[in-house]
Amino acid sequence: MRKIERSAVIEAVKKTLIKANYELDETLVSFLKRAKDKEKNDLSRSILEDILTNESYAREGFAPLCQDTGIVVVFAEVGTDIRLDFDLYKAIDVGVRQAYDEGYLRKSVVNHPFQRENTQDNTPAIVHTKLVPGDRLTLKLATKGAGSENMSKVVMLTPADGLEGVKKLVLDTVFDAGGRPCPPIIVGIGLGGNFEKSAILAKEAILRDLEDESNDPDIRALERDLLHEINRLGIGPMGVGGDTTCLAVKVNTYPMHIASLPVAINIQCHSARHLEVVL
Amino acid sequence: MKRLTPPLSDDAVSDLKVGDKVFITGTIYTARDQAHLRLIEDDDPAFNLQGSILFYVGPTPAKPGQIIGSSGPTSAYRMDPMSPPLMARGVKAMIGKGDRSDAFRQSMIAHNAVYLIATGGAGALLSSRIKSIKPIMYEDLGPEAIHELYVEDFPCFVAYDVHGNQLFKGGGPREEKK
Repeated sequence: MRKIERSAVIEAVKKTLIKANYELDETLVSFLKRAKDKEKNDLSRSILEDILTNESYAREGFAPLCQDTGIVVVFAEVGTDIRLDFDLYKAIDVGVRQAYDEGYLRKSVVNHPFQRENTQDNTPAIVHTKLVPGDRLTLKLATKGAGSENMSKVVMLTPADGLEGVKKLVLDTVFDAGGRPCPPIIVGIGLGGNFEKSAILAKEAILRDLEDESNDPDIRALERDLLHEINRLGIGPMGVGGDTTCLAVKVNTYPMHIASLPVAINIQCHSARHLEVVL
Repeated sequence: MKRLTPPLSDDAVSDLKVGDKVFITGTIYTARDQAHLRLIEDDDPAFNLQGSILFYVGPTPAKPGQIIGSSGPTSAYRMDPMSPPLMARGVKAMIGKGDRSDAFRQSMIAHNAVYLIATGGAGALLSSRIKSIKPIMYEDLGPEAIHELYVEDFPCFVAYDVHGNQLFKGGGPREEKK
């Protein structure tokens, strides 16, 4: 049994969240640059230039990438050969509190659906834990803003709706969202499982590497087709029109009930801030 | 490219066309959800609404040595129901992101006002154009308080103009939720 210290978890959560709010992943930057070079609409290209300039300002430490520094989502993959002699959830929240304080990030969490009092430290984080073999603790951390999250949905289709039903639902959802979720977006889709499983699959999907494609040939084809068809909608960066609406579509699947076809669509803005740390 | 210097006249608003890039230099005011709810009930605001520009923003805290943190626009549609009474009192421009309700747009045209967008998710870049900040109303709201900002060459695009044109592609039916 390998022991992991509470202080190591706190430090990792803090450092990773601050870094995620001040610099975008290199692959994402390269996707944005490629989109800017290909974009034919002048206004849309100007917006993509702003997004890239903003990234360089943030990377220099001038200010966080976006003022909506989000609510923290954590996928914790807990190796069964490690020992934790502390409350993992509380340790993550301590890391969040320190990150939002020391990183000059906006506290955007309220306590209650109607009372809506700010918790003042951006806690609690939303933590999903999974047991995995091995002696490592992997934390996949995301700071998710509300602009894109508010455009997401779960729909229970029927098996007869099939592939075409799924495609239509995704295209309608993205079209209806328009410029609100801050395109160019990344679309994470959870197909299967049940009501709540589909939503978690969709969230995991947006955390996948941008270059990653599904191993399942049918799903890989769906990811490619949807990317192409979403970009044909012409919504463009921030909804002003143009060639660049979506940077990637990621579809994660799980077996489901004979009578169900759950579909969750989680939309991620262009400022996709997530990082992984292994302890 | 056009330059705007608030307070805005009716002519300055009429001159703006959808898709124009505009640079604002002068004083603008921050206001978002909670500040709007209070401002529409407030008979004695601490600034002159006539010709004013509102910026929908809730910035990150300023780092030491800086005046403001990341300051990009928030989604404008949430302010749709509260905008008409403020335009009736003279607000001439609003800066946000994303599309808005049809009811908002009709009211905006009737009041000869304009809706501008700034690049969402570009809060670090936009904050570099903010030269001074002063809280002036509702300080208990923290980052949602109304702040007076002095901006230089603050970049925006005209999204809805008074001539009935609009910039956005996509977007479903936009009925206001009552």
